Amino acid sequence: MLRFLLVRLFRAALTVALVVTFAFVVLRMSGDPALIIMSVDAPPEAIAAFRKAWGLDDPIWLQYLRYFSAIGQGELGQSMRDGRPAMQLVLERIPATLALTLPALALKLGIGIPAGIYAALHRDSLMDRIVMVTAVAGFTVPSFVLGLVLVLVFSVQLGWLPSGGQESWRHAILPVLTLGIGGAAVLARFTRSAMLEVLGQSYIRTASAKGVPWPRVVRGHALPNAAVPTVTVVGFMVGSLIAGAVVVESVFSWPGVGRLLVVAVANRDLAVVQCILLLVAMTMVSANLIVDLLYGVLDPRLRSGAKAGAH
Amino acid sequence: MTGLTSRETSPLVAIRDLAVSFDGVKVLHGIDLAIHRGEAVGLVGESGCGKSVTWLAALGLLPKKATISGSVMLDGGELIGAAPATLDSVRGGRIAMIFQDPASALNPVIKLGRQVGEALALHGGLSGKAIRAEAKRLFDLVGIPDAARRLDAFPHELSGGQNQRVMIAMALAGKPDILVADEPTTALDATIQAQILELLTRIRRETNMALVLISHDLGVISETCDRVCVMYAGRIIETAASEALFAQPLHPYTQGLLAALPPLEGVRRRLVPVEGNVPEPWNLPPGCSFAPRCPRRVEACAMRVPLLAPKTADRRAACIMTPSLAQPQHRPEPVYA
Repeated sequence: MLRFLLVRLFRAALTVALVVTFAFVVLRMSGDPALIIMSVDAPPEAIAAFRKAWGLDDPIWLQYLRYFSAIGQGELGQSMRDGRPAMQLVLERIPATLALTLPALALKLGIGIPAGIYAALHRDSLMDRIVMVTAVAGFTVPSFVLGLVLVLVFSVQLGWLPSGGQESWRHAILPVLTLGIGGAAVLARFTRSAMLEVLGQSYIRTASAKGVPWPRVVRGHALPNAAVPTVTVVGFMVGSLIAGAVVVESVFSWPGVGRLLVVAVANRDLAVVQCILLLVAMTMVSANLIVDLLYGVLDPRLRSGAKAGAH
Repeated sequence: MTGLTSRETSPLVAIRDLAVSFDGVKVLHGIDLAIHRGEAVGLVGESGCGKSVTWLAALGLLPKKATISGSVMLDGGELIGAAPATLDSVRGGRIAMIFQDPASALNPVIKLGRQVGEALALHGGLSGKAIRAEAKRLFDLVGIPDAARRLDAFPHELSGGQNQRVMIAMALAGKPDILVADEPTTALDATIQAQILELLTRIRRETNMALVLISHDLGVISETCDRVCVMYAGRIIETAASEALFAQPLHPYTQGLLAALPPLEGVRRRLVPVEGNVPEPWNLPPGCSFAPRCPRRVEACAMRVPLLAPKTADRRAACIMTPSLAQPQHRPEPVYA
């Protein structure tokens, strides 16, 4: 078990390192930070000075090593735009993003899972069809379209809710709905198909055949089995708590991590972009790690697989 | 003769004219079957002939799209259309059922002891430590080695044969009057098959529980059962005491099945397969369903479905070409197959 954990941790660290490297390469390939920050019209001496100050003249591998070892020491550099520590800039934005993504996650779980279970238990009923049509609509419509439609209806036409900004909790309603509806739809479909798969299994018939009342068959025998595939999707949703709202934050002018990322990328503000990517990679990887561990808790077959790997 | 004495008392389960259709396609065409206390009845036939469906329908375990008609009386109480609570107490408590593939019939994420314990709590009114003690006793009874430790194991940690023993322990937990074993040995190795059949026979002797053994394997049935019902395309086409059936099959289909079976002793002979296939339930021939494959068919066979008619004192066959061997005894009460 310990070795299983260590292997998983090593893989997680490797994933983060790869993401960090990838971010470095892509950002360096796609444009000269000095020219973008200073603008093309800036005097050549100023650009040269900027380059020198940020170490942009050094060979690329040296920059990479420097950058990598700095990250290893928790030193994520300063924003090239306003000189403040990148980490601080990013951390400041996290509460705003979580204010959207956490309620949205609650919405996804609270609606998606019960709707999926209900649809599976009443397969081919009217409610099942309604849930599934809604779910298809919910997850095929892109979030910026859904966001704009919600704004059109609730802000422009009805005038009930504000269309953007962060002044009060009412401003959060539309962005949370935009995030939550799509996710709930995905989760409903996943839960439904996981439940249908499980309900068709022979052990469900066995449970009924030994006299377990149907509601207890569903709770005690079907749900624990259907939880395994569902946890995967939920894990992905938890992993995207930080970075899952880039588009929605932009649509609703919500000053979260997502908007910071968009602005930082546009400005080639390397330190900030890298800091956000690192954070995103780490949340995603931790969520995956937790999911892996949960598999073992939920399904003994996977647990013994882990044991077998450890010997 | 168990066959005769048991018929004098009223049957434990009386199935009458039980018919099942899926999406308008009839798969079971009115089955009459009576099970008496303590007897072992074999249901034999090719896959899809309705052996399992009969009992799944009786216990209300078929999917909702199945349409069921007819009657299944258990000790005078009707099971078809009974309230869910009634069925829940019958299932496992009066009629227990075990299935073909024990590995998939047990819940993979629940400890074996808990799966057996659940039945004990439901039907035995046990709780807490008593459940564990009784579960261990059942594991010992069905011959699971190291029973105390196996209670905390999961199905994937046991072999198929051991899992089938767990299924049997679970079925015994509710002290049922009837155990319906649906192809209990089909997924197991030949050596394990014999052990499981022996176990079922021993338990039946010790508890006086009736056994309904569903199998496509005449060999399995002949070793275990007092009485055999041969099914074909959703109907019972022959019924007789085991020995009589194997000594002298009356229906051409039964004869075909026996001819296709290698003899257990004596000289080896060439096996004769039954030509053709079982007709699809939505494409049954007119009249006798077996007629197209039957070596003795005549024109009249296609005219109407032959009745399961008495041919000798204690045997019935649904074939117009099978002569009655003796004058059938007249019985005033309704007759069961």
